[in-house]
Amino acid sequence: MTAAEAMPRQDIERAPAAEGPAPRRTRTTRPLTRSVSARTAWLLRCLSILVPLAAWQAVSASGRVDPAFLPSPSAVWAAGLDMAAGGELAADLAASLGRIAAGFGLAVLISVPLGFAMGTLGWAQPLLEPAVGILRYLPASAFIPLLIIWLGIGEASKVALLVLGVVFFNTLMTADAVRQVPRRLLEVSATLGASRPRVAARVVFPYALPGIIDAMRVNAAAAWNFVVVAELVAATSGLGYRITRAQRFLQTDRIFAILVVIGLIGLAIDVALRLLRARVGRWAR
Amino acid sequence: MSGLRLEGVRKEFVPGRPVLQDVDLSVASGDFVCVVGASGSGKSTLLGMVAGLVPPTAGRVLLDGREVSGPGPDRGLVFQTASLYPWRTVAQNVAFGLEALGLPRAARRERVRWLLDEVGLGHLAGALPGRLSGGQQQRVAIARALACAPRVLLLDEPFGALDVQTKEDMQLFVRQVWQDVTPTGERPTVVMVTHDTEEAVFLARRVVVLSSDPGRISQEIVIDLPGPRPLEIRRSAEFLRIRAEVEDLVRAEHRAHQARLAAAPT
Repeated sequence: MTAAEAMPRQDIERAPAAEGPAPRRTRTTRPLTRSVSARTAWLLRCLSILVPLAAWQAVSASGRVDPAFLPSPSAVWAAGLDMAAGGELAADLAASLGRIAAGFGLAVLISVPLGFAMGTLGWAQPLLEPAVGILRYLPASAFIPLLIIWLGIGEASKVALLVLGVVFFNTLMTADAVRQVPRRLLEVSATLGASRPRVAARVVFPYALPGIIDAMRVNAAAAWNFVVVAELVAATSGLGYRITRAQRFLQTDRIFAILVVIGLIGLAIDVALRLLRARVGRWAR
Repeated sequence: MSGLRLEGVRKEFVPGRPVLQDVDLSVASGDFVCVVGASGSGKSTLLGMVAGLVPPTAGRVLLDGREVSGPGPDRGLVFQTASLYPWRTVAQNVAFGLEALGLPRAARRERVRWLLDEVGLGHLAGALPGRLSGGQQQRVAIARALACAPRVLLLDEPFGALDVQTKEDMQLFVRQVWQDVTPTGERPTVVMVTHDTEEAVFLARRVVVLSSDPGRISQEIVIDLPGPRPLEIRRSAEFLRIRAEVEDLVRAEHRAHQARLAAAPT
């Protein structure tokens, strides 16, 4: 758009023909920035939690919604304390976290070497990417019936669901992180006499490690979702199981309390991996 | 024979469209050669072939009579961007090639300390590359290449991204390195690619001018200036005469290249 087009019509007519209209004030444009001051950021972080909480409190206090559908925050807090005191919360938490450790751990053990190979070896990429790319789009939860037929309703099928849900995504994301290593760095390493295994271990791996941890962080969230899904279907312990039980007795306050716990644990996992990444990737800033 | 030889070297990335063709070049051991040429003349490809990173389509690259078949620590390479290992300290960067060579830790440490003192970065041994200026990073990259005591040091527009003053410092530094910093006591052969004709004439003992489409050696000019070259030599009549000669050759190649581009059917 030219300046004339941007101007209101009458301005053009009123303007002296020869010199053009004089600008009333200097127009300044501000660059697009993505940062705010530290204080503003903390204020916004608090609002991000407090505003939904306040809205929840307001809605349930208004009495327009049946407490059986939407319990008040205080009722949820009480239900949480009650479950914690009874010891069942700790036991369910331990069961769910144990499944995460086994399923997500196994998925990482498979996907990181696989993704690393895809990112470094010329033949591994065309060999693996089509298969992994297709498998990634099959929803893991659709495998639950099959997994139960294959592995029964015990721990194995739950761990397998986690592995299925995480392994393909993490493989492709690891391969992506590995491919970020600049070609020049690989070439220089070769001229310094480093063999290919040496370059893989001493150059590619350290360079890609922050990216690999980032991929794990994203997929840990998926694993945490899948463990609850697995426990909703067939389980005798775990947070997902506790939710289905609460549903049977219409204990929505308990369901809410468990959801809060799930959210907090997910956040804790995320923060832990963020800290690990910040430590490993100190050089990247 | 001792030194670097290219015999009938040709490179095609796309079959039938050579980037370099009929390149014959001999560089005596310990010589300093600068390769200049218009953009697209295949200067960097030439260097890549000496490094062993780019296999020639035809012809041979020989180092001390042995054919080059891949990269190795006898040919150190420095790019325009320093390409340091960002998670390794300066000292660990310089030590990388020595680790690959299997040098014991004590010997490694001694060689790294000596090199860092020589390049004036002893005080930054423990720093990460991200904290260094562009010139300092390039010094580390050169020290890292020199650590393996290469027979040939290949420099691919190493100062192209630096500001004028830093570039001047680095040019003096490279001259000094070539003359003095030799872990084994033997002066390395330096082959440097640049598009800066003043830099080429100031540094080299011989300047090779490449033509374009395809790249060929169009002229070799012996720089008949004294060994120790202070910066002021750039204002001497003799320097300016040689520089003008090189500049005219490169410009003529560039004009011819532009004319061919304009005439070529698209």
